[in-house]
Amino acid sequence: MQSTAEKGFIKRLGQLLEPLLVPFLAIFTAVILGGIIIKVVGGDPIAAYKGLVQGAFGSPQALSETAVWSTPYIFAGLAVALGFKGGLFNIGAEGQLAFGAVAAALIGYALPGWLHTSIPPYIHIPLAVGAGVLAGAIWGGIPGALKAYTGGHEVINTIMMNYIALNITSYLLNGPMRDPNPLNLSARTPEIAVSARIPPIFDIPGMRIHWGFVLALLMAVVVWWLLWKTTLGFEIRTVGANPDAAKYAGINVKWIITLSMALSGALAGLAGAIEVTALNYRHELGFSTGYGFDAIAIALLGKNNPFGIILAAILFGAMRNGSTRMQFLTQIPVDIISVIQALILLFVAADAIIRFIYRIRAHEERVVLTRGWGG
Amino acid sequence: MTENDVVLEAKEITKQFPGVLANDHVSIDLHKGEIHALLGENGAGKTTLMNILYGLYRPDSGQVFVNGKPIVIHSPKDSIQAGIGMVHQHFMLIPVFSVAENIMLGDETTHLGVLDIKAVSQRVRDLSHQYGLEVDPDTKVGQLSVGAQQRVEIVKTLYRNANILILDEPTAVLTPQETEDLFRIMRQLAARGVSIIFITHKLKEVLAVADRITVMRAGHVVGTTKPNETNEPKLASMMVGREVILTVQKQPAKPKDEVLRVEDLSVLDDRDLEVVKGVSFDVHAGEILGIAGVQGNGQTQLAEALTGLRPIKSGKVFISDKDVSGKTPRPIIETGLAHIPEDRQRHGLVLSYTVADNMVLCNYYLKPFAKWGVLQQDKVDENARRLIKDFDVRTPSPYVPTSKLSGGNQQKVIVARELSRPIKLLIASQPTRGLDVGSIEYIHKEIVAMRDRGIGVLLISAELDEIMALSDRIAVMYQGQIMDVIKAGQATKESLGLLMAGIKPSVAAEAAAPKP
Repeated sequence: MQSTAEKGFIKRLGQLLEPLLVPFLAIFTAVILGGIIIKVVGGDPIAAYKGLVQGAFGSPQALSETAVWSTPYIFAGLAVALGFKGGLFNIGAEGQLAFGAVAAALIGYALPGWLHTSIPPYIHIPLAVGAGVLAGAIWGGIPGALKAYTGGHEVINTIMMNYIALNITSYLLNGPMRDPNPLNLSARTPEIAVSARIPPIFDIPGMRIHWGFVLALLMAVVVWWLLWKTTLGFEIRTVGANPDAAKYAGINVKWIITLSMALSGALAGLAGAIEVTALNYRHELGFSTGYGFDAIAIALLGKNNPFGIILAAILFGAMRNGSTRMQFLTQIPVDIISVIQALILLFVAADAIIRFIYRIRAHEERVVLTRGWGG
Repeated sequence: MTENDVVLEAKEITKQFPGVLANDHVSIDLHKGEIHALLGENGAGKTTLMNILYGLYRPDSGQVFVNGKPIVIHSPKDSIQAGIGMVHQHFMLIPVFSVAENIMLGDETTHLGVLDIKAVSQRVRDLSHQYGLEVDPDTKVGQLSVGAQQRVEIVKTLYRNANILILDEPTAVLTPQETEDLFRIMRQLAARGVSIIFITHKLKEVLAVADRITVMRAGHVVGTTKPNETNEPKLASMMVGREVILTVQKQPAKPKDEVLRVEDLSVLDDRDLEVVKGVSFDVHAGEILGIAGVQGNGQTQLAEALTGLRPIKSGKVFISDKDVSGKTPRPIIETGLAHIPEDRQRHGLVLSYTVADNMVLCNYYLKPFAKWGVLQQDKVDENARRLIKDFDVRTPSPYVPTSKLSGGNQQKVIVARELSRPIKLLIASQPTRGLDVGSIEYIHKEIVAMRDRGIGVLLISAELDEIMALSDRIAVMYQGQIMDVIKAGQATKESLGLLMAGIKPSVAAEAAAPKP
């Protein structure tokens, strides 16, 4: 009896860990290959990785910085994953994130002036963050509506919307929203009011970890709950898995497509808003380059599972954070991190390679991320 | 044909899959110029056996002999070498390539490195002439009918010098006329010395075309017989392992109030052609109205329009006196409609979802499955367990993805979901297409039971036998119009057949009568 129970437990554990197997082996293989590359260019892989781990996890400050780096990755990764679940490929997180940051910054620095009064933080913070969420939702909702009602492909449209968003942001930060301080030489907004700032968790200099990180973890739970426990999530997943069956079941497919993209955009906007209100206290041109694109990678590595995304985001955050110390200690350029990240993605996306190397039997059903260009 | 001319023999083939013994010491032989039917329900092990002969699987034990010599088949290449050709259920053709290009694919004839299309075309023409298969080597495959594409697949095997042909469920995709054509071709091939293994689960076809019949069930060979020594009921009970009632038992209908009224309905298809042209009819509670017709006469679009999946061009639809013309699916479903859709995998199911989730696909948002927009998973699971029991769905658990179920059980999931809701009208489109005998029997029984409980049923089917077995009244559709509505008692296969071909009996009678 005991052995059956034990077997059952091991089987359950196996089922639980099985989805982690390929991503784990992908990371492992990428690290090995990265080590070989470091060796070939004349570095010491062991020292490099030691530096990397030290930089990412070696001290309370390092841990704090890893969390800071991971925060926008978690939000934006969730954004992309939510779109994926609805059968939509949101390439536009970058633009949605930029507009979220701009909107949060505007409300953050300008609202007290408009109202000619100071605002208590418990009102100002939600307003600033909410403005960012709304801006992201609109910027994501537009390509969603275009997809639903005109059939315009969301991949093309979100890419185009990125260009529009990034150029408008550039104009705003160089023009109407530029920090008027005479000492300012860069394209950035003024600092947001103190009342709009999300405080750090610890009041210790050098520990920048803020409540936004906690909010990000919370959002993963919320997204998981929304997708798997609510009727709206059922509708989003059904539209993503089989739009014909969704229509047959009476689901308003066009509305759900629009809403999925708006929710995805909202999460990306939240990423931008949190960077402004909890970390930088302003929006500056070029601060966010790549978050929206890395988010696609993170969603892929996390298999579109909110908790997988937390792990993937922390991994990416740790690598970005640790790479500075690695470069300082070993003079190996931080760019090697981009190479390793690219390798991880390659192996996750083309998981047949990993399955072949490690002789893992393929699943009969594969994860289909999007229904392709014709979708 | 002599008894000694065994061209292919499989001896004691055993193949174990995880959890299933797909083939258990299966033996079968094939004579020269013979059509040998392999009959069995879905999952009986027919396809596994053929995939072993074709080199897609390796048997765990057992041997294959070709012309008396033992051969080892590692891959399809080996089996082609041995003269075995296979036509799969799903064609392996490239639509934008010509027939000749498709046929030489993988076996290209070249002249100094340049494709010699002309030589291929000539050879295809010779083959099609020799075996009586009409195919034009220069047409694009995408422009061919399904029946013609199948002929291309057959020529493809002949082109590779196959003299043993395996046809896997070849009639599943064909119209009745195309099926007749295929049988003619099969007989011609056999007469010219080609040996054919014909896999199917349709009893009529086996009796019509086979020289010998081997029945498989649950991985075993149940027996081998000849068409003149058996009949449909005998074959059915061999297949299923118990007595099967092929005729539907039902009492006369007691029609009550009207539940569906269609007035002058016109519908466009995807190419904006009017394929339903001013159709009017009604369905009463407690009766089954069957819509007969050759596939492609507007039945699909009619069903889609009635259920809200397709916009209507003009006309009115009333369900229980409520105008639902032009409404979206949800309000129509909420008037009390159950819909068994024609394409169960496209419309009826989300294949990646569990059985439990699919069983609430249309009412997941209603109590008790949802409260305040939150799914009540325990209620969803409870519902699934009850329906699995009530409708005898064969699934290991409610949490298995429906993609893992057989076609018959997938259909049962849909039937269970649709019939367990409070409904007044059932629209069933091709409810038994592609299903095995046992499942067909079951679904027919359920449809009649719904009628007897006072539900109006609109049955749309291309199987005339099914229409005649179930319906109380029969409407025949031809080119988007209803030719006539006949009481089932007065309908004969011949009279329906004429209507299906677009000939009205009065016109036919006039034509036959001498002119004054």
